Amino acid sequence: MQFDRELDARGLQCPLPIVKTKKQLNEMASGQVLRVVSTDVGSLKDMEAFAEQTGNALLSTETLGKEFVFFLRRK
Amino acid sequence: MRANVVQEKSLDKKMAIIATKGTLDMAYPPFILASTAATLGYEVQVFFTFYGLQLLKKDLSDVKVSPLGNPAMPMPIPMPVLVQALPGMESMATMMMKQKIKSKGVASIESLREVCIEADVKFIACQMTVDLFDFKKSDFIDGIVYGGAATFMGFAGNTDVCLFI
Repeated sequence: MQFDRELDARGLQCPLPIVKTKKQLNEMASGQVLRVVSTDVGSLKDMEAFAEQTGNALLSTETLGKEFVFFLRRK
Repeated sequence: MRANVVQEKSLDKKMAIIATKGTLDMAYPPFILASTAATLGYEVQVFFTFYGLQLLKKDLSDVKVSPLGNPAMPMPIPMPVLVQALPGMESMATMMMKQKIKSKGVASIESLREVCIEADVKFIACQMTVDLFDFKKSDFIDGIVYGGAATFMGFAGNTDVCLFI
């Protein structure tokens, strides 16, 4: 999937993956896509909840071994 | 960045927290919830009272964890209560906890507090407790508001989430 920005959230625990995702999205334009890579298993649920509550679209979630890759589109 | 964060507050939801504990373990819930809620677009205020005021100090090195009176604390080896009461055990428990926090990638309370400040979480220090314990305002971080219960209620009365920690 094409993306405009990437966030390496590997090694971070709750709530930092969400907080950093939000910071990146704030700096992006509406419609742009952010790719986030996380190792926090809790971020699987949290990223969904974040997208739902903020209106940014979670385009896809992928598990690659011990890493989780998210694509989000800026509201 | 700050302007952006404010602009993002489209949720129109509010959360108020009363933080009453000043130990390392109990410092996490208010800061994690406040920073997360602010990230999600909530307007957040945290009222720090009694021992919770320690969490607003510039120097957070007094914020420790005690194994005493905490039977749920996981121990590397079984430890009788009398041993836990020995001098130096609190410092050791705190050091071990901080090492674990770091090795697991959990944020320090300093950095979570910083996230809150960046996200415009409002911190209120209980003026009565400041007077009670003879705390100096110069010991606390800048940008906090000093007030009482009525100040807190003015905001808490219109919140969606209100927690006592």
